[in-house]
Amino acid sequence: MTRPRPRTPESESETRNPTGGGATAMRLIVPLQGVVQGRGGLILGSLIPCALFYFFQLYLKRHRSPKPGSNPTSPSQSSSNLPDLQRSSSRSNLSSRGSIGPVQVSSRASSIARPNDSPYYIGLDRVSEDPYHRLDNPNGIIQLGLSENRLCFDLIEKWLSENTKDSVMGRDGGDLSISGIAPYQPSDGLVEFKVAMADFMSQVMGRAVSFDPSQMVLTAGATPALEILCFCLADPGNAFLVPTPYYPGFDRDMKWRTGVELIPVHCRSTDNFIISITALDQAFNQTRKRGIKVRGILISNPSNPVGNLLPRETLYNLLDFAREKNIHIVSDEIFAGSMYGSEEFVSMAEILDMEDIDKNRIHIVYGLSKDLALPGFRVGVIYSFNESVLVAAKKLTRFSSISAPTQRLLISMVSDTRFIQEYIETNKKRIREMHDLFVEGLKQLGIKCAQSCAGLYCWADMSGLISSYSEKGELELWDKLLNIAKINVTPGSACHCIEPGWFRCCFTTLSQEDVVIVIERIRKVAETCKISS
Amino acid sequence: MALSKNQQLLSKIATNDRHGENSPYFDGWKAYDKNPYHPIDNPEGVIQMGLAENQLCFDLIQKWIRRNPKASICTAEGVHEFKNIAIFQDYNGFKEFRQAVANFMGKARGGRVTFDPTRIVMSGGATGANETVMFCLANPGDAFLVPSPCYPAFDRDCGWRTGVQLIPVNCDSSNNFLITKAALEAAYERAQQDHINVKGLIIANPSNPLGTVLDRDTLRSLVSFINEKKIHLVSDEIYAASVFSTPSFVSVSEIIEEMECDRDLIHIVYSLSKDMGLPGFRVGIVYSYNDAVVNCGRKMSSFGLVSSQTQHLLASMLSDNEFVDNFLKENSKRLAKRHSMFTKGLEKVGIACLKSSAGLFVWMDLRRLLKEQTLESEMNLWRVIINEVKLNVSPGSSFHCSEPGWFRVCFANMDDDTVEVALERIRVFVEKQQVKSKRKFQNNLNLKLSYTPRRYDESVMSPHMMSPRSPLVRART
Repeated sequence: MTRPRPRTPESESETRNPTGGGATAMRLIVPLQGVVQGRGGLILGSLIPCALFYFFQLYLKRHRSPKPGSNPTSPSQSSSNLPDLQRSSSRSNLSSRGSIGPVQVSSRASSIARPNDSPYYIGLDRVSEDPYHRLDNPNGIIQLGLSENRLCFDLIEKWLSENTKDSVMGRDGGDLSISGIAPYQPSDGLVEFKVAMADFMSQVMGRAVSFDPSQMVLTAGATPALEILCFCLADPGNAFLVPTPYYPGFDRDMKWRTGVELIPVHCRSTDNFIISITALDQAFNQTRKRGIKVRGILISNPSNPVGNLLPRETLYNLLDFAREKNIHIVSDEIFAGSMYGSEEFVSMAEILDMEDIDKNRIHIVYGLSKDLALPGFRVGVIYSFNESVLVAAKKLTRFSSISAPTQRLLISMVSDTRFIQEYIETNKKRIREMHDLFVEGLKQLGIKCAQSCAGLYCWADMSGLISSYSEKGELELWDKLLNIAKINVTPGSACHCIEPGWFRCCFTTLSQEDVVIVIERIRKVAETCKISS
Repeated sequence: MALSKNQQLLSKIATNDRHGENSPYFDGWKAYDKNPYHPIDNPEGVIQMGLAENQLCFDLIQKWIRRNPKASICTAEGVHEFKNIAIFQDYNGFKEFRQAVANFMGKARGGRVTFDPTRIVMSGGATGANETVMFCLANPGDAFLVPSPCYPAFDRDCGWRTGVQLIPVNCDSSNNFLITKAALEAAYERAQQDHINVKGLIIANPSNPLGTVLDRDTLRSLVSFINEKKIHLVSDEIYAASVFSTPSFVSVSEIIEEMECDRDLIHIVYSLSKDMGLPGFRVGIVYSYNDAVVNCGRKMSSFGLVSSQTQHLLASMLSDNEFVDNFLKENSKRLAKRHSMFTKGLEKVGIACLKSSAGLFVWMDLRRLLKEQTLESEMNLWRVIINEVKLNVSPGSSFHCSEPGWFRVCFANMDDDTVEVALERIRVFVEKQQVKSKRKFQNNLNLKLSYTPRRYDESVMSPHMMSPRSPLVRART
C-alpha cells in the first residue's frame, strides 16, 4: 500500500530555496532516504537527510557572495550547481569571484597586491630602504641584485655635451618645433628610430648579421616586449619551456597577465648550465602528458643569470627541436652588447641567415636597458621573422609605446656609429676589469664562479658555505648575506636553479673600492659559516 | 609556409578581431592617408576631422621648453642630470613627477579637489591606463557597463587582452543623450538574467563623442547606483581640462567628498594626451582610491612606464604654476573660440550639433540628411562625406550609437584656414543635398548615391599612422 508522501521539512525548504541547490539536494536525499528507511524507518529516513540538507543550506548561505544569480557562463567554467564555493585558481582563466567581501577586485589583483615574497624582490626592497653610500651611509646594504651598468655614463654624458641641442624638440624645418614630439606617432616606433636601432643591433653584435627595420616593433622596454610576444604566441593555460636558471622577472613578464605557464628545464653546472636537448625533450613530453600545450621555448642568450653564451651547435639543435615539435623560440638577446670575454656571440638571427629554413617561429627580444645602460628611457625591441606576429604585435604596442621625445633624443646617439663603436669597446674593457677584480676576490675566499663571458654579473658557487645542501640552506646564507654582510645578491632558487648554493652577483654598479668592501664583508660571513659547519 | 598553418602558430588574441581596427572608424583614416589635405600642395585632399588631437596650444608648450633648457637633459644646462635619469626605472616613478601630475590634475578641476601623489600610477597612455584598471578589477568573462555612444577603442582597451566584455547602455537624443539611473538599472538586470557578472561601470566624463559634461545630479545618481550594487566606477576624465564653456566640469573626485560612498569602488583614468596635446609623450595615469588597485596597478606599470626623460621634463613643466594656470586658461579660451567658429559655421547651413561644453569635437546632427533612419543610410552618407565632400568624420555607429545620423567631427587639430575650407565644403554639400531633395520631392525619384563600398583592409588605421610630417601638423595655428 502506498503511503501518502508526508510533508517533510526538506520539501518545504526546497520550495523556499530559489537556486539550483534544491536539485542537488534531492539527488542526495532520495537515495539517502531509501537507505535509511530500511533501518530506522520513516522518521530517521527523513530526519537525517533533512539535517544534512539544513546544514548544507547553512553552509551555502555563509559562503554565498553578495551577488545573486548562478554561475556566469564562460568557456572555461565547468557546469556546477555550487556557484558560491570559493575556488583558488592559479590560472586567471578560471572565473573566480575573488575574495569574499563587499568590494571585489580581480583575482589577478588580489594575488599581486600581496607583498613580494620572492627573495629577488625582497632584496631589492631592502636595499631601497637602506642603500649603501660611501660617505652618507657606509653601513648600508650594497646592491648586487640589480643588473644595471653604471660604468660608462661618462661616455654618454660626453657625447651629449658635444651634441647638445637647444631643447628636447627637434629642428623641424629650421625652427625649433614641437610637432616632432607632441602629436600621435606610430605606436610601434618612428621609422627613423627603427632604422637606427636595426643598425645599432647589427653593430653591437659585431656586424655578423644585419637587421631589417621592417621586421621590428618597438616597445616601452623589453618587459612589455616579452609580454606582447607571449600574448601573440600563446593562449592562457599554454606553456613555454625555459632553461634554468633564468631571470626572475620572466615569471612576471611572461605569466602574470597572460595566464601562460613557464616550465623549467633544469640545466647542470657540469654542462656549465647549457641546455641539453634530452632534458628539453623530457620536459616537453612531461608537460604534454599533463595536458598542457607547449607553445615555445624561451632562452636568454647571453644568459641571465649565468652569463655564458649558447654555442652555435646548441642553437642549431634548438631550431631542429622547435621545428620538430612545431613550436616557437623566443631569444632574449638583451645582453648581446655586454660581452667581455673572447668568445663570439651568435645571434639567432645569424643562424637563420645561413640556413634556408622556416623562420616563422623565431623571435628576438632586445632593448637598450643593459647594453646602453638606459633602463629609464624604456626602449625595447621585438624582432620577428613572422609577418602575422609583427602585425599583431604592432597593434599591441598601443599599450606600450616609446615616448616620442625619447625616440628623437636617441636617434642621433644610436646612429653615431663611431661613438657606438668606441662605447662598445670601452664598455667591454671596463666590464672585464670589474669582472676580473670581483671574480678574483671571490676566488680568494674559495668561491668559484661559473665560466662566463657576458652580462653584468657573475654566477658564484657558494655551496661550500651553506649548512645544508638544500634550498633552505641557500636561503639561510642569502639571509646572512643580506642582514649581516649587508649585500644584496640574488639566490639561485629565485632563478629556479636546481642546484642549491649558487648566487648571482652584479658588479657593474660598483666602483673598484666598493668591490674590496664587498669581498671583505663576504669574507666575514664566510668565516662564520666555516666555523659553524 | 601556408598562411593557415602560420596563423595556427599564433594565439587567439593575435588572431581575433577585438583590436577593433576593422571597424569603419578606421576606414576613414585610409582615405585620409591616401589623400591628405594640404593648403598648397593638395587643396583637394581629405581633411582629417576624425582625430581628437589638440594642436591649439603647441606654441605655449614650445615657448616653455625653449625657456627652460634645464628640463631637457639633452641641453648643456640639463645634461648633468642625465645619469640619474637614465638609470631610473623604479615603477613608482619620480616623486617630483607624481607631485607635478597631482598638482596639474587638481588645477584642471579648479583647485576644488587635491590629488594624493602616492596614488598616481603610470601607464602607457590612457589606452594602457584603461587596460590596467580592467586587469585589476575584472576577471575574463566579467563585464562593465558603458553608456553609449562611447569611445570606439574602449572595446580594445578594456577587453582585448583582459577578456572583459563591455555592455553598452544606450542613450539617445530624446533626453540629450543623458544617462539615466533607470537605463543603468535595466541594463544591469538584463545582464544578471543572462548570467553575466557585472563588475562595474565605466564612463567618460567629459564625454567622447558627445562633448558634454555630466551634471552633479547625474553623477550623484551614478555614484549611488554603483554603491548600491557594490560595483566599481571607472571615470575616464581625459578631457577634464578641455572644457570651454558652461556647464562646467564636475569630477567624480568632487562628488565623493560630498556624499557617502565606498571609496574602494572609485577609480579615475587620466592622461596628458588631450588636455595638453601631448599624445606622443605616452603619459597615462591611473588614480584609484582603492589601495589594492594602486598596489597592483603600480606593479603592472612596468609594462607601460613613462620614460624617465619625459617624467623629468613634465615634472618641471607641470610644477611651474604660472605656466599651468596660464595654459589652462588659454586652452579653454582657444577651444571656445574654435568651437564657436565651427558651430556657427554649421548653423549657417542649418546643421545643428549637440550642445556641448568640452572636448575637441562636436556631435553633429545629420539625421535629416539620411534617406532612412537606418544604419545603412548612415554608412552611405558617411561614405559620401569621405569620398565627395572629402572630410574624414566619424560615423555615430562606430561609437555604438543606437540612433543613426550622428557624426563626431574634430576641430582642434587644424588651423583656422582649414576650418574655413571644411565649413565651405560642408556648405556646398548641404546645398547640393537640398537641391537634390527638392528634385526628389518633385520627381519622386529614388536617388542612388554613387559610390563603391570599400573593403575593410587589414592595414593599420589608427591615429598613429599620421606621420609627423603631415601637412596638417605643420599648419600654423
